[in-house]
Amino acid sequence: MGLSYTDRELMVIAAAREIDDGDVVFVGMRLPLLAFALAKRTHAPTALGLFENGIVRETPSDEMLFTMSDPPNLVGATWSTGTANMMGLLAQGLVDLGFIGGAEVDRFGNLNTSYVGDWRAPKVKLPGSGGAPDIACYAKRFVIVMPQERHRFVERVGYVTSVGHGDGGDWRRRHGVPGGGPVALITTLGVFRFDAASGEAYLASWHPGQSVDTVRAATGWTLRVAPDVRETPTPSPDELAIVRDCDPSGFWTR
Amino acid sequence: MTPPKLTSMADAIARFVPAGASVCMGTALEAAIPFAAGHEIIRQRIPDLTLIGPISDMLFDQLIGAGCVARFVGAWVGNVSSGLGHNYRRAAEKGLPRPIAVEDHSNFTIALALLAATLGAPYIPTRSLLGTSFLDSNPAFKRAEDPYSGTPIVLVPAIVPDVTIVHVQRADMYGRCHLWGTVGISREAAFAARQVIVVAEEIWPTERIVADPNLILVPDLKVAAVVHEPFGALPSPVQGCYGRYHDFYARYHEASRTPEGFVRWLDDWVIGAGDWKGFLDRLGPDTLKQLVPKRPHLSEPQDYGA
Repeated sequence: MGLSYTDRELMVIAAAREIDDGDVVFVGMRLPLLAFALAKRTHAPTALGLFENGIVRETPSDEMLFTMSDPPNLVGATWSTGTANMMGLLAQGLVDLGFIGGAEVDRFGNLNTSYVGDWRAPKVKLPGSGGAPDIACYAKRFVIVMPQERHRFVERVGYVTSVGHGDGGDWRRRHGVPGGGPVALITTLGVFRFDAASGEAYLASWHPGQSVDTVRAATGWTLRVAPDVRETPTPSPDELAIVRDCDPSGFWTR
Repeated sequence: MTPPKLTSMADAIARFVPAGASVCMGTALEAAIPFAAGHEIIRQRIPDLTLIGPISDMLFDQLIGAGCVARFVGAWVGNVSSGLGHNYRRAAEKGLPRPIAVEDHSNFTIALALLAATLGAPYIPTRSLLGTSFLDSNPAFKRAEDPYSGTPIVLVPAIVPDVTIVHVQRADMYGRCHLWGTVGISREAAFAARQVIVVAEEIWPTERIVADPNLILVPDLKVAAVVHEPFGALPSPVQGCYGRYHDFYARYHEASRTPEGFVRWLDDWVIGAGDWKGFLDRLGPDTLKQLVPKRPHLSEPQDYGA
């Protein structure tokens, strides 16, 4: 009998699997907060968490966080400094992995969280960037976590808030962008990875209940598929139990 | 000796936040947001402000919806736990209740712009934002070539706010203040500004504040006014004083969905409240009690012995 879980629980678990033990992780908002806590308690006990408000932690907070600046996130921190210093760690090239969300993404992993339509007269003004452009610029690798809908998965984003692989190939190097760019795009339907040479996204796995066709139908560019595309591994009972322990009210994951 | 600067919120805002001023607030990100000061700006209907900040969790959305804001310079305006800012959208998309100009920054570049000002530097170079659309939509940024390596860089010009408003745990009457917990860009923002308004949970005697001079946020020569406003950052958290009142953010998100809903919210929580005491009365003593930390978590005192 299969376990029952939500899309967002599966996304948290898939995001946690992207964290390697020992990684210095720029933890973002929302689901990555939980992914970091899950990874710490399973396969990545020595990962280090950085928060852009200025906090460094070796252990996840004891309490569920609504924002990174909730007081429990300070208790047990190993450094509390300013945002400029956290960004300095990024700019010095010391961050292995960052997480970013997005409103729109394109096939090279460029993200828009600023404007839908012409920025001079926007159809939708999105909240903005926060620190995402800085993570996208400098982290050795980053992972995008966002819900998948066809109108948000576009051939080319109209406004580049955070750079992915630009227009592909060695675009980042040519433009002097130091970090490694996106390595995974985790959605409600599957997991994409990025071709090392072309920088283009391809479907690596579909989530249980989905298929290549359902992912293709919700992708606004010509979908490329890995030769060994398969089903995303289902969450283990342990992984689910930890996610639910970290988000007992289900605020982020239900 | 500097004169005492302790005054009321109404007086501090009336004197040091004139029409058209550039005001930096919410510099500790989601923590210690000076909501009491922001609500007083709304009550005094101060127009044409430029708001400067990294991310703004709800406060800037309120000021924009109240029609006080002509320009936003920063990285993000919304509601961190509930989503986007409805007033920010209406202002940027439809010019309601008035048009707003947006100068997009990232959290790093807004920190660098303020840091440059603290150093008296005209700009700071960075690699962040290379290849992004920020360089098109915000003309303040300039593309350049690093004269040493020949590689592309972005120049971030200094920003000097007319006034930075910080919320802190404690201050003396001259404006020496202690802030701890999440600080974000508070140090740079306060030190960069022409003037600072300090809003404090507690006013302490000078000798007890200067006993820990390393913890003082900014030299008092920058401070124009000190306001004693307990719980003045609610519903945002202040380390050691109170936690974040999450439900309030969710309720605001729903209430501000329509312009009419926002006006009702404003009448209830800001205009009708009259002052910050009125706001706290509306929250009720039980809510305040629930938000106070369940146990202290004390640091060790420092020995400054000479």
